[in-house]
Amino acid sequence: MSKILIRHAVKKYGDHTVIPDLNLEIKDGELFTLLGPSGCGKTTLLRMIAGFNSIEGGDIYFNDIRINDLDPSKRNIGMVFQNYAIFPHMSVYDNVAFGLKNRKMEPKKIQELTEQYLELMQIAEYASRMPNQLSGGQQQRIALARALVISPDVLLMDEPLSNLDAKLRLEMRSVIRHTQKEVGITTVYVTHDQEEAMAISDTIAVMKEGVIQQVGTAKEIYQRPKNLFVASFIGRTNILPAKVEENALLFPSGYRVELGSGQQMENQEVQCSIRPEEFVISKQGDEGIHGVVREYSYLGPNTHYAVETVDGVTVEIIEESSMEDELKPGQKVLLQVKKERINIFDRTGRRNLVRSEAHEG
Amino acid sequence: MKAKQKFTLDIWGLITLGIIGVYLLFLLYPMAHLMKQSVYDPQTGQFSMENFIKFFSKSYYLNTLLNSFKVSLSATFLSILIGTPLAYLFSAYKIRGKSMLNILIIIASMSAPFIGAYSWILLLGRSGVITVFFRKLGIVLPDIYGFSGIVLVMSLQLFPLVFLYVRGALANIDNSLLEAANNLGCSGLKCFFKVVIPLIMPTLLAAGLLVFMRAFADFGTPMLIGEGYRTFPVVLYTEFVNEVKGNDGFAAAIAIIAIIITTFVFLVQKYISNKHSFEISALHPMVEKEPKKAQKFLIHLYAYLVVSIAILPQVYVTYTSFKNTSGKIFVPGYSLRSYETAFSKLGASIQNTIIIPLLALIIVVLLAVLIAYLAVRRRNALTNTVDILSMVPYIVPGTVLGIALLSSFNRRPLLLSGTMLIMVIALVIRRLPYTIRSSVAILLQIPLSIEEAAISLGASKMKTFFQVTVPMMAAGIISGAILSWITMISELSTAVILYTGRTKTLTVAVFTEVLRGNYGVAAALSSILTVLTVISLLVFNKINAGREISL
Ligand SMILES: Nc1ncnc2c1ncn2[C@@H]1O[C@H](COP(=O)(O)OP(=O)(O)OP(=O)(O)O)[C@@H](O)[C@H]1O
Ligand SMILES: [Mg+2]
Repeated sequence: MSKILIRHAVKKYGDHTVIPDLNLEIKDGELFTLLGPSGCGKTTLLRMIAGFNSIEGGDIYFNDIRINDLDPSKRNIGMVFQNYAIFPHMSVYDNVAFGLKNRKMEPKKIQELTEQYLELMQIAEYASRMPNQLSGGQQQRIALARALVISPDVLLMDEPLSNLDAKLRLEMRSVIRHTQKEVGITTVYVTHDQEEAMAISDTIAVMKEGVIQQVGTAKEIYQRPKNLFVASFIGRTNILPAKVEENALLFPSGYRVELGSGQQMENQEVQCSIRPEEFVISKQGDEGIHGVVREYSYLGPNTHYAVETVDGVTVEIIEESSMEDELKPGQKVLLQVKKERINIFDRTGRRNLVRSEAHEG
Repeated sequence: MKAKQKFTLDIWGLITLGIIGVYLLFLLYPMAHLMKQSVYDPQTGQFSMENFIKFFSKSYYLNTLLNSFKVSLSATFLSILIGTPLAYLFSAYKIRGKSMLNILIIIASMSAPFIGAYSWILLLGRSGVITVFFRKLGIVLPDIYGFSGIVLVMSLQLFPLVFLYVRGALANIDNSLLEAANNLGCSGLKCFFKVVIPLIMPTLLAAGLLVFMRAFADFGTPMLIGEGYRTFPVVLYTEFVNEVKGNDGFAAAIAIIAIIITTFVFLVQKYISNKHSFEISALHPMVEKEPKKAQKFLIHLYAYLVVSIAILPQVYVTYTSFKNTSGKIFVPGYSLRSYETAFSKLGASIQNTIIIPLLALIIVVLLAVLIAYLAVRRRNALTNTVDILSMVPYIVPGTVLGIALLSSFNRRPLLLSGTMLIMVIALVIRRLPYTIRSSVAILLQIPLSIEEAAISLGASKMKTFFQVTVPMMAAGIISGAILSWITMISELSTAVILYTGRTKTLTVAVFTEVLRGNYGVAAALSSILTVLTVISLLVFNKINAGREISL
C-alpha cells in the first residue's frame, strides 16, 4: 500500500508543454479520479506515474521513495488499460499468472493466488479459455484480476470502461468500486465521464489543460466548485451575470437577493452559477426574475423546464414532479434562487466568492 | 506519429549498435570498397576516373545500360498491363478454378527467371518445338532472341508480382465506392479507369518499382536469351568473372553506375508515390459477381490463357526432365536418367540449397524482427539509421552486391570468399528489406499497451519482447519466412558470383548445366527446385489458411 505524492511535475512533448507544474497528494487506499475534458493530460499524467512517460521536471513519490528513475517493471504497479491489453496468445489463467511468474514465486503459491483472484473477479470458470472467446466485460475482469493479483502498491486505470456498452459499464463500475474497497488498494482512475467519476471516487481531481483545477469529494466539487470551469464541467448549470452591491446580489432584471451575514463580498460584477435544481418557480408574487416557460419535459420523479427570462437568457430548471398540472409553454413565471446553494464567481470566473470549508486550506 | 525518443544504452540500445555494426561490415564496407576500386588505379596506386571515362566513351558499354533500361521499362509496363486486369477480374468476378489459377500464378512467379528463359528457348528458339512445328507448316515465327525474348520472359515472370500487389489493394477498396460510382453513372471499363485505377495507383507504383528493380538486376535471363543484346548485369558479370581480360576496377565502375541509376529510379518512384499516397481500408470488400454469358467466356479465356502461358515454361522443363538425352540433345523415349545423373553429380547442390537458405532465413527472421521492433517501438536517430540502412539492399542489384562482397572479403583477416558463410550473408542482406517491411506491418497491428501491461507486471524488456511481442507476431513472421525461403532457394544473381564447387546451389547448378548444354540434367535439377517451391507454398497455405500472399 502506498500514498502517492507528486511535486511540481512537468511534462513536455518536444517544445509543447502538456503539464506545466502539477502537485497532488493521493492518500493511501483511496480511489482517486482524474477527471477532465479530452486532451487535458490525464493519460499523460497516469503514464508518468506508471513510468511509461518520461518526466521533464519535478518528483513523484510512492510513500517516501522517489520513483522518477525507477524502471516501470520495478514500480510494482497494477495497470488496467482502455483496450484491456490482454495477451491474446495466453489463456485466461496464464494472463492472470503472468505477473506472479515474473516475481519468481513458488508454483504452488502462484496457483493459489491466481485461483483466488480468478474467483474474486468471478471468471474462474473461464480459466482455461483463450481471451478471444470472452466478452468485453469478461476481458475487463481478466485485466483487473491480472493487475491486482501481484498485490501492487498502486492500481492505475485509464478509462477502463469506455469500451463497454452502457449496461456493462454500470455493472463493471460497481465491480471496480467493490473490488477496490475489498483489496484496499490506492487507485488512480482516469475518466472524462463526470457521472462515472462521481459514482466511483473517494476523491476527484478536475483537470484542464494540464492544470489541476480542484481536488475534493464529489459533493464538494459539485456543491462548491472552485471556479466557473469546474462548475460547468461537473453537472449542469446556468451561468447568469449579476452584480454585488452592499452584500446583496442584484440581477439585471432587478431581482435582489440578500447574501446574509455569513458572506462578505465587495461590490463588483460577478457571474452566478445556478444549477437547475437551485431555482424555485412560482406563478405569482413580485420577488424574482420574470420569465416565460418555453418547453417542459416530464421525466417521472422530476420535471425539466426551459424558461426564457426577461433578459433574453434561457435557463434550465429541474423541479420535483408534483401532483398538480405542469407549467405549460407560454406560462408567465417568476424565478427565485436558493441562495445558500448557488455559487458566485468573480467576473473572470476564476474564483468562487462564496466562503466555504471546501476551499479553506 | 510517435515522438522520437532519446537513444539510451539499454539492451535495445546495444542491439541497435550491434545491427549497425553488422551493416557497416557487410554492406557499407563492401560498397565503399567497390567505390574505391572503381576510382583507383592498381598500377599507379592513384585516384583515376579512367574506368568511368572508358565506360562512357565506348558506346558498347553505354548501350548495355540503355538496353537494361529499355528491357526493364518494357517489362514493367507489360507486367502491369497483364497483371492489373487479371487481378481486377479475379476480384470482381466469379471464375471457375480460381484458387487453382491463383496457386499456379504464384508458382510461376516463384521460379528462377532464367529457367523461364531457358524453357522458352526450348519452345520458341531456333530449334524449339513450336518453331519447328510452325516451320513445317511454312510459317516463320519471329525471333525470340534479344530484346523481345528478354521482355517476354521477364514480363511473364514478373506480372504475378503486380497481380498479387493489386489483388491486395483491391481487397481494400470498399464496395460502396464502386456502388457510388455506378450510381453516379460510371460503370464498366470507364469505372475501372476512373475509379479503380486511381484508387490502386499507390500500389501500382510500388509494384512497378519492384518489377523494375528485379528486371533491371536480372542476370540469368539476358545471359541466356539475350545473345547479342547485352544488358548491364551480363557485362558486369563477364567483366568480373573473366580472369584473363576482365578488369575488376572497370566492373566496379559499372556496378557504381548501376547503383546510381537504381537509386535515381527509386527516388523518382518515391517522389511520385508520395503525391499519390492515401490510406484506404474496406469495411465491405468487393463482392465477386457472376459475369454475363459473353463476358464470362472472355474473362475465362483471358485468365486461363495468361496463366497457361505463365506456367508453360515450368511445365515444359519438367516434361523434358523425363526425356532421354544423348549428349546435348533430347532423344525419343522417357526415363529417370537425368535425375540419376543429377543426384550423382550434383547431389551436394541440393543439400546446399537447403542449408544455405535455411541458415540465412534464421538470421533474416531474427534480424528483421529486431529491426522492425526498433523501428516501430524505439524510434530515435540511431534506429532511423538502421531503418534507412536496411533499405539500401533494395536498390543494390544482386550481381553488384555479390561482386562487392567478394572483392571485400577475399583477403585475411576477412577471408570469406569461397565459404558458405559469404553466401549466407549475401542472402541475408538481400532479403532483409522485404522481411523488415512485413514485420513492421505486423508490429503496427499490435497495440503498445499490451507490452506496457507486461512491463507493469514486472517482466523485463527482453522477456516482454520474447514472451509477449514475438508470440503475437509469430503467425505473420512464419508466413513471411516461408516466402523469403522460396525466393532464397531460387536466387541466382548473387550466388552465381559467390559460389565455388563446394557451395554450388541448385539454381547455380541449373544455370551452369544449361550453359554447358546438359539440358537433361538442368531440367531435372530445375524440376527438383520446382517441387521444393511447391511444397513450401503448400506449407504456407496450410499455416496461412485464407490469408493472402504478400511479398
Ligand atoms: N506522444 C505524444 N506526443 C506529442 N503530444 C502528445 C503525445 N501524447 C499526448 N500528447 C498531447 O498531450 C496532450 C494530453 O494528451 P493526453 O493523452 O494525456 O490527454 P487525455 O486527457 O488522456 O485525453 P483523452 O480523454 O482524449 O484520452 C494532448 O494535447 C495530446 O495531443
Ligand atoms: Mg487519455
